[in-house]
Amino acid sequence: MNPQAIIDGLIAGSTIGLGAIGLTLTYSILRFANFTHGDFLAWGAYLTLTVAGVLGGLAAGLGAPVYPFSFGWGLPLAMFGGVALTVALTLGLDRILFGKLRARGADAIIIVMASFGASMALRSLLEFIFTAKPAYFTKALQIAKPLGLGMRATPDQLLVIGMTAVLVVVLHLLVTRSATGRAMRAVSENPSLAGVYGVNVENVIRVTWIIGAGLACIAGVMAGLLVQIRPYMGFDLLLPLFSAAILGGIGSIPGAMLGGLIIGLAEAFAVQIVGAEWRAAISFVILVLVLMLRPQGLFGQKGA
Amino acid sequence: MTALSVAGLHAGYDPDLPIVKGVSFDITRGEAVSILGPNGAGKSTMIKAIAGLVPCFAGHVRLGQTDVTGLASHHLVRNGMGFVPQTENIFTRLTILENLQIAAQLLPKAERAGRIAAMLDMFPDLAARPGELAGALSGGQRQMLAAARALLTEPQVLMLDEPSAGLSPKLVGQVFDTLRRISEAGVTLVLVEQNVRAALTLTERALVLVDGKLAHDGPSETLHDGKLLGELFLGHRTAEART
Amino acid sequence: MELLAYAAFFLTIALTYAIICLGLNVQWGQTGLFNVGIAGFVGLGAYVSAALTTPDAAERIGGFDLPIALGWLAAMAAGGGLALAVGLLTLRMRSDYLAITTFGIAVALQLVFQNTESLTGGAFGMAFIPRPFSGLQGEAFAFNGLNLALTAAVVLACYLLLEHLLRSPWGRALRAVREDEVAAQALGKNPVLLRIQAFALGGAIMALAGAVQAHFIGFIAPGNYLPMMTFQVWAMLIVGGSGNNRGAILGAVLVWAIWALSGALISEVFPADQQARAASLQIVIIGVMLCVILLWRPQGILPEVRSVSRHLGRRNKDIKP
Repeated sequence: MNPQAIIDGLIAGSTIGLGAIGLTLTYSILRFANFTHGDFLAWGAYLTLTVAGVLGGLAAGLGAPVYPFSFGWGLPLAMFGGVALTVALTLGLDRILFGKLRARGADAIIIVMASFGASMALRSLLEFIFTAKPAYFTKALQIAKPLGLGMRATPDQLLVIGMTAVLVVVLHLLVTRSATGRAMRAVSENPSLAGVYGVNVENVIRVTWIIGAGLACIAGVMAGLLVQIRPYMGFDLLLPLFSAAILGGIGSIPGAMLGGLIIGLAEAFAVQIVGAEWRAAISFVILVLVLMLRPQGLFGQKGA
Repeated sequence: MTALSVAGLHAGYDPDLPIVKGVSFDITRGEAVSILGPNGAGKSTMIKAIAGLVPCFAGHVRLGQTDVTGLASHHLVRNGMGFVPQTENIFTRLTILENLQIAAQLLPKAERAGRIAAMLDMFPDLAARPGELAGALSGGQRQMLAAARALLTEPQVLMLDEPSAGLSPKLVGQVFDTLRRISEAGVTLVLVEQNVRAALTLTERALVLVDGKLAHDGPSETLHDGKLLGELFLGHRTAEART
Repeated sequence: MELLAYAAFFLTIALTYAIICLGLNVQWGQTGLFNVGIAGFVGLGAYVSAALTTPDAAERIGGFDLPIALGWLAAMAAGGGLALAVGLLTLRMRSDYLAITTFGIAVALQLVFQNTESLTGGAFGMAFIPRPFSGLQGEAFAFNGLNLALTAAVVLACYLLLEHLLRSPWGRALRAVREDEVAAQALGKNPVLLRIQAFALGGAIMALAGAVQAHFIGFIAPGNYLPMMTFQVWAMLIVGGSGNNRGAILGAVLVWAIWALSGALISEVFPADQQARAASLQIVIIGVMLCVILLWRPQGILPEVRSVSRHLGRRNKDIKP
């Protein structure tokens, strides 16, 4: 077995985990499986790319790579813009679609279906605007540096892993320690009781979208930076995201992250055995195993 | 001073089939009132409609001077409404302290810790282990936590939906003792109850709801003799509302 | 004459979608089960039937040269069997786990179609699938006309069967479970069992549709069974009216017409090098249409006859075991 698979798995798992955290939060607080979540990753990447293009036009120096990374200050700056725009996109979508269905008291499954329709529309819109041709944040090439034990990683890859770790810790503290996090957990257990306690449920829903969209955008940028940006990148991640969220236990942030890493590692190792063309099937197999053996997931509540 | 005023209230889940059909009453500050009635009379639906959990189709609900008809439940809390649902009335996956902290969030920052401490003083069972998950509490303790949570924000009106449901007779006694203390402290109390006897000993006034309409409104003593109540429940007699 | 032949061709394809829609209507319209892997079930039927009925081919396993009818039956068995397995796995759990699992099934089957070259021909797909009335292939009108008649007969048979089932005690029990699971349970109905049966029946019909379509076109490839197809079929059923079998057929023909016309329009309006890109606009249109209907007319064009499907309505009642 090639030890490099550990690094590859951790890197892929970081992206999946961040995406799955957003998915698991919307799942537990808005109570529906959001099929558009994958497309938020793709939109986040393209919106960041667009902002980076505008910034690059304003100040050419921003594009120059900052050692040891392959990108310049323009990308992190653009990512702030990308996050803001992705948040705006999800809040807008909630206002015109999900929020309306919620207000009508529509069944969760109707909202799932609407998310499925919106996902197709969003993805195809990306394809129309940016074409199916892959895009890149940077043209600079990086050499992977040896880490010992036969593993190698580029500075970009290590940055992605480090940033993911920081984000997960911050979010976990936010949800377990802060008043906002308490309100989120309350709404996820019982939204109407939360109202009786004085919690503004619509506000909590907005915060959930903001966190979910922000993480989706960052995960999309990471995937775009390390691989490439394509309109279908989010759709291809959807099944791994769902599997990670369910494996971790719906509503659990550490669970989603751990689920993401497990799926990333499982993919990286399995690909060496069965071949890269079966990569997409790995998360499906894991999903089926979880549903058969432990449907509530690693950290999930029974009956949730 | 009127604490809660309900006028011509129609409410339910379907506008074509209202469950509450034109109910009016006023409750004075400091009063303790039971809402009684046979199963399916619409007691629970009415109290939920007042608390903002069930749509109101017509009529008005006023808290003090403020018209709160149709407001979302979290706005009602801000306007001085304390409501304790019958079931699922605490967050079982949060700790006891967290349950109280969520409610305290509505208070100014400086008052929060003090009010939480006051509630823990009032309910020693809760104070013993504030860090424990509320799901680990017994049935009676859950009602205590639910009441503590609702009282924490010092509501103008505290409404409880069948606080005795599912409790053993001993626990019912405990819960009603607590409610009596609360009432004696000057809190306006509205109580929906199936347990007529217990409710009548606690409150000085009783409303009887039959088929979504007010069938009786008078001092609790008038109902101590079970005869009138029986006739009201069976719909043989409709008393005039005292508004 | 040529136009008529084309019309027959168009209608035949639309009717194969109508069969899929009828299958989906059993699952969603009658039972409230959300299947996001329709393309997988349709593709499975197509591949199973093709593998059994094609002449022997050197480069892959299969090719048993069996009669078409046998292929169709085998397709139904495969689709029903797969749906049964999925149902057993997920139908005891919350309703959206079924959605996620079926989505995964479609992804996994797509990989199988794509990667197991020795069975499916890989990316190149399978050709020489026997077509009904192939003796008449020279005469476009007669050939297309007869195939249209055959497909219409399959649609009619499915329609009559489903309408019959709908009125049977089984159909009533199914609706009872959908409308009020607790009450149905109290009457001694087993909701999980009923759902699994409905899901398997729907899966079998979808796979049959895949086989019918494959034999009419004579050629299949993995690219025919993308999530796009799932999405189109959903749009068809929601537009036509979920819960109503006639609505399912109407929706299939209507949405397929919109699809074909918008495709034709795009090839007229956009220059050749922009057409692939513009085609994605077609999907945007259908996606927006699906959402708009869910928002404004959730019952579709032809609403369900007895009672407007209540799970499209106001109250929030999740399907829980």
